Amino acid sequence: MLHIKCPYCGLRSQKEFSYGGDANVKRPKLNAEVTDKEWDDFVYMRKSPKGHHLELWHHTSGCRQWIKVKRDTITHEIYQTAKIEEQIS
Amino acid sequence: MTNPYRLENVGFINRDKKISFKFNGKEYFGFKGDTLASALLSNGIHLVGRSFKYHRPRGFFGAGVDEPNAKVQIELNGYSEPNVNATEIELVEGISATSQNCWPSVNFDIGAINNLLNRFFPAGFYYKTFMWPKSFWYKIYEPFIRKAAGLGVASIEKDNERYEHKYEYCDLLVTGSGPAGLASAFSAAKSGARVILVEDKPMFGGSLLTDDVTIDNLSGKEWANKIISELESMPNVITRKRSQVFGYYDHNMVAMFERTGDHLNNKSKYTPRQRLWYIRAKEVILSTGSIERPIVFGNNDTPGIFLSSGAKEYLKLYGVLVGKKPLIFTNNDSAYETAIEFKKNGISPIILDTRENHESDLINESKNLGIEIKFNYAVIAAHGYKKVNSATIGKLNNSKTGFENKEKINCDCICVSGFWTPSVHLASQSGNKLKYDKDLDAFIPNVSKQNEVSVGAANGTFNLKETIKNGFQKGSSLSQKVTGKEVNLPVPQTNEKKHGKHDKFWCVPLPKGNNYKRFVDFQNDVAVSDIELALREGYRSIEHVKRYTTLGMATDQGKTSNLNGLQLVSNIENKIVPEVGHTTFRPPFTPVTIGAIVGRETGHHYMPTRKSPMHKWHKDNNAVFVDAGVWLRPRYYKVGNETLQDAAKREAENVRKNVGVCDVTTLGKIDIKGPDSAEFLNRVYTNAWLKLPVGKARYGLMLREDGMLLDDGTTTRISENHYHMTTTTAQAANVLTHLEYYLQVVWPELKVNVVSSTEQWAGAAIAGPKSRDLLSKLLPTEDVTNDGFAFMHYKEVDFFGVKARLFRISFSGELAYEINVPSDSGLFLWEKIIEVGKNFNLQPYGTEALSTLRIEMGHVAGPELDGRTIPSDLSLDGMISKKKDFIGKRSLSKKDFIKPERQKIVGIVPVDKKTSIPEGSHLVDDKNFKLPAKKLGHVSSSCWSVEYNNPFSLAIVAGGKTMIGKKLFAVAPLKTSSIEVEVVSSHYVDPKGERVRS
Ligand SMILES: [Zn+2]
Repeated sequence: MLHIKCPYCGLRSQKEFSYGGDANVKRPKLNAEVTDKEWDDFVYMRKSPKGHHLELWHHTSGCRQWIKVKRDTITHEIYQTAKIEEQIS
Repeated sequence: MTNPYRLENVGFINRDKKISFKFNGKEYFGFKGDTLASALLSNGIHLVGRSFKYHRPRGFFGAGVDEPNAKVQIELNGYSEPNVNATEIELVEGISATSQNCWPSVNFDIGAINNLLNRFFPAGFYYKTFMWPKSFWYKIYEPFIRKAAGLGVASIEKDNERYEHKYEYCDLLVTGSGPAGLASAFSAAKSGARVILVEDKPMFGGSLLTDDVTIDNLSGKEWANKIISELESMPNVITRKRSQVFGYYDHNMVAMFERTGDHLNNKSKYTPRQRLWYIRAKEVILSTGSIERPIVFGNNDTPGIFLSSGAKEYLKLYGVLVGKKPLIFTNNDSAYETAIEFKKNGISPIILDTRENHESDLINESKNLGIEIKFNYAVIAAHGYKKVNSATIGKLNNSKTGFENKEKINCDCICVSGFWTPSVHLASQSGNKLKYDKDLDAFIPNVSKQNEVSVGAANGTFNLKETIKNGFQKGSSLSQKVTGKEVNLPVPQTNEKKHGKHDKFWCVPLPKGNNYKRFVDFQNDVAVSDIELALREGYRSIEHVKRYTTLGMATDQGKTSNLNGLQLVSNIENKIVPEVGHTTFRPPFTPVTIGAIVGRETGHHYMPTRKSPMHKWHKDNNAVFVDAGVWLRPRYYKVGNETLQDAAKREAENVRKNVGVCDVTTLGKIDIKGPDSAEFLNRVYTNAWLKLPVGKARYGLMLREDGMLLDDGTTTRISENHYHMTTTTAQAANVLTHLEYYLQVVWPELKVNVVSSTEQWAGAAIAGPKSRDLLSKLLPTEDVTNDGFAFMHYKEVDFFGVKARLFRISFSGELAYEINVPSDSGLFLWEKIIEVGKNFNLQPYGTEALSTLRIEMGHVAGPELDGRTIPSDLSLDGMISKKKDFIGKRSLSKKDFIKPERQKIVGIVPVDKKTSIPEGSHLVDDKNFKLPAKKLGHVSSSCWSVEYNNPFSLAIVAGGKTMIGKKLFAVAPLKTSSIEVEVVSSHYVDPKGERVRS
């Protein structure tokens, strides 16, 4: 079970969090002209990278903040966590 | 009466406490401190079960977690548990054990005919034999496999025992209390680190309890006791016996199984039977020791054949002799220790050593004691059916591929030793990349992935002094990382026996003309011939060989068989073992009961139960409750002998005719505040929200980005920048997370805050034509006329001195209101409505009547918002704003979402106007359909329409409204029903919605 450092609460068990998918996905701007392909890519298409992955987690049973987590999908090592407005390398 | 195989004055059992127990119905006795295995052996009982495939008689082989054979069914305190290791269960008064896997009895087992037919049960027999014809599966193959191959019998009774979960955090977890674990824990504890030391046995000390060593002039056991008592006095140390770390997971989370009550006779009500620990350790020391490796020979599964370490453990811990005429068969020195123990207790063993004239301290000591040693000898085969009575032995030729001679000698047990295998299971589970050690002929930990390190025999260190030294160092250096304090403990003086080199010999060749079964994996009945066959048939990967032969796949996970299997493959393939590789080590290391995994989360405690503030009134008034998400809601209020259908009909009819009151506290509520709240709602909901005035409510639909409906509900503008959102009971939590996602991640520029207020408000809906009259009596100073307080209006009111929120909204389709008060006043609100309502024929109604009312009105709910419907599927096109963008809008214009043949909502009525249609029924247009039939849609919600007094259902059907007037068939194969139905409008009652506005 992962141990995730919430930038607001500190190290907490994975049990308190919900996974929120790829943090690099950008929602198209409201009212923007979007092709079917672009929209489908946003809604459905996700990479399944081996290794580094920047992802969103929600501290559901904690402070209820969405946070960024840089994780290795093979080793499950967590390199860095950050608030949503912070940049992560 | 005495135990015939029990020595006097040897062992750590309590001879003052006799314990009687039953095995296969017969009564025996043992002593406190015995395991079931040691107690049976003290009575001379060796035959304990039958093997899995061939039903061959099997006895005890080891004395601990490595035991492959002795799985029994236990009955105690009213519970029955299968597959319990007889070598691990402590003897308690009244315990009753039975053999498994044999029918009708362990002494006469019909399945043993499989042993005579064993050429039909080679490797892969499951795959080959039970393949064809397919129709044989149900009636012949499956029952056969189930009867023949079952292990124990799982109980179908409710388990009344108590199980617990515990979470713990520490700086250092030490798994195993042999010399390595004790030394590590001791030095770490001295540095001030928070240490947990655990031991799977009922006694601390591990190998120190059985090895003939001294440490600082103390015996192994005395030294262990000294260290333990000091550790137990330290506030920073937790010690646990009877606790097995069985799983090593990510981020140094380990799971441990503790037997807290199995050994107690009269445990108190709240003492759990077993406890599951989740331990998050900064560092872990794996001091799990090693498991003795067998040598494979003919009929090596006969009862009376033991690991030599097991025989020594029975003797030294329990004072039990596994035999009185032992044959010791070894490729190394450690079996000599077993021989010496026998000799010291008046038993004369014969040692067969595969090595050539070896010399060592232990061999010299044995010679001096007069023990007969035959070098270059091996056991070819054991003889005896239910118990060993003799063995064919022989002198190995120079290449050790055959024998120079053969002879038969009498014996009543054979103690075998093929050197030691470090217990690397947990290290491997943690992600440690193991390496093969050519000197040990075994895998040892190498490159750590997590914060773990192995010490002592688990790391391939078999020397006591070295082990204690390493333990002190590792314990200190790991804890120093946390405490910053260095501890340098002096390494004690040790006295131990030096061991010589072992022989690389693990499988005795078959002499020409002999076809003895030579077992590699006892528990799964895998013999040398099975592995040879798998390789002949082309299996190469060790993972494939494992699955094809089932080697190492039983509950013991191949603890004694894996390495011998690998060695065989490497010999046949002419590869070295590391090239063959090893199979994956997976949790659990030893079996864990389902009860412990479940813990307290069972029955009502499976999920938290939420009750509304009015719960007591509901209970006092014969409410029958139903689980609604995490809430308990009244389903109906039972009057007399009413059925559910009767009550729902009565309650719903009263709403249509008079007035009813429903507890709507459970509805999800979200408080929304901030200057951008209107803009946010406008993006979240599909309809327009910017112009909603203060004091008004609006119905809204929420989509996911893929266009599917997420939830619906009304939201009210309380003040300029303050909204009150309601969600369905089931989706409350998901909707809040959804809103937080968009506010925090997608549109952080919006100044809006959301918080759940579900528990802050209690709510009551009053619905029906008389609800206004009732309301005017409840709120005598308020103007509640249609003009003064119109549909979808809101105001704050004074409810008998309680500040309340009044909404004119309706789920039932009738004239209706909802009153919210702070939760603490919920019961007051409810009782006041009931009291005043008496004059208006008010009746409370539950969720069943609520469903009836909404279904016949064509209002959608959970069964229609099933994650597969878009607004137009549910005739909610009018709710879609064309002017603005919102979450999910872009998806709605996609090709598949606008095609006319989409399945859309309709109503259906049975043609006979009598037969209720099961929810989930499929709709087809041909009465005599053949499978696979074309499905036109499905029935989502069903009720008994109180307006028309006949069944009515909502359905999602291809073509939607264009199908109105058509006849279809609703089929529910599980209920074997097929009902002719007519398609009607989904708005069955009051299609224009006049009542809510009246
Ligand atoms: Zn947090």
